[in-house]
Amino acid sequence: MPAPPPRYVIVLDAAHGGDDPGGRLASGQQEKATTLVLSVRLRSLLSARGIGVITTRESDATLDPDRRAAIANHARAAACLSLHATESGSGVHLYTSSLNPAPVTHFVAWKTAQAGWITRSLALSGALNSALQHDSITVTLGRTSLIAIDSMTCPAVAIEIAPERGPDGKVTAEPDDPEYQARIASTLAAAILAWRSDANRTEARLP
Amino acid sequence: MIPRYQKILFFVLLVAALVMGAVLWHLRQRAHQRLLAGEDSAPTKAPLVAPDEQATLLVANDADGSLTVQARSLPLPADPGARARVVLGELLDLYSQPGAAHPVSGGAASVAQVFLLPAQGAKDSADPDAQLAVVNLTAPFAASHPSGLETETLTVLSICGTLRANLPHVSQVRFLVDGQQRPNLAGHADLTRTYLTADAVPTGGPTP
Repeated sequence: MPAPPPRYVIVLDAAHGGDDPGGRLASGQQEKATTLVLSVRLRSLLSARGIGVITTRESDATLDPDRRAAIANHARAAACLSLHATESGSGVHLYTSSLNPAPVTHFVAWKTAQAGWITRSLALSGALNSALQHDSITVTLGRTSLIAIDSMTCPAVAIEIAPERGPDGKVTAEPDDPEYQARIASTLAAAILAWRSDANRTEARLP
Repeated sequence: MIPRYQKILFFVLLVAALVMGAVLWHLRQRAHQRLLAGEDSAPTKAPLVAPDEQATLLVANDADGSLTVQARSLPLPADPGARARVVLGELLDLYSQPGAAHPVSGGAASVAQVFLLPAQGAKDSADPDAQLAVVNLTAPFAASHPSGLETETLTVLSICGTLRANLPHVSQVRFLVDGQQRPNLAGHADLTRTYLTADAVPTGGPTP
């Protein structure tokens, strides 16, 4: 008999893939390759901490946004992280859906399903922001309209890794720099662990 | 001896030639006068240009993800659609300058048209004159736009915010690329939805 799936599950969505290369980084690497490397790195770190991880892709596969959202929604995940990389800006960009918060109902419109989870998505974004800032990583917070995220029924945040820049604005580490990525992945994994502890404490307080 | 009838014929022909000459000279004079009158009606002054007015741009900055207000003085046409196009052109010209804080190539020519339509549900809303702006961007602009969640979101929000700042009745914005709907700008920002200009507000600086 197969083991029941772990109760606490995180969905990692490596953006782009296959026919959709995403952006191109200064090193020449495509965004789809960078996000896959980051997804694999994060999965290892989270699994090592006993957190169940479901990834939307493990290879250079083409996935449409609806399929990504379907995987996340089927997993009933505690958190969904959409991973991106860019050459513009600096540090880490944390984006949540720009949909207006709405109460969770039994039947939700696919394109605006995230509306019921906005408050929790913002809380997750805040937790990630605190952890990244604690590790002296520049963070930009924002709201956006991203098709995959807008259809997810879980606390969802799009994480975009931009180059690390010095005070003069010059790039000190590219998004595909292994050391830089490892530092960010480690911080994100620690933040997810803290997020789980907070969720457990909240559950324990409930009657 | 010249016959009498030939003398009469010669005299008649001479008179006819003189009359025809006089008529031709008169017609020539009339044509000349008409030509001179036409020249007089041609404009001698340069056409009037729109007066300079204050325009407000919501300018994006990739470094901190901010949207800041910048005032510009530029000639603005009276027609709201043309006005919107001029203001957005000024914004995109700013982004195409070397060393721009939000570099995007293309400039003013990237906005093909801006159409203003009554917004859906406007009659029941607080502003019954609320408008939907349909911004038609060019394909080269979308193709050359840097790919990224932050940069694409900032472009969309700065366009929405700039429209709202200069045309207060514009409450919603939709985007087309070469007249067609497109799934996203450069791989990220959703271009299939209707954006609310109220969501595009000036923001603070970076989180340290």
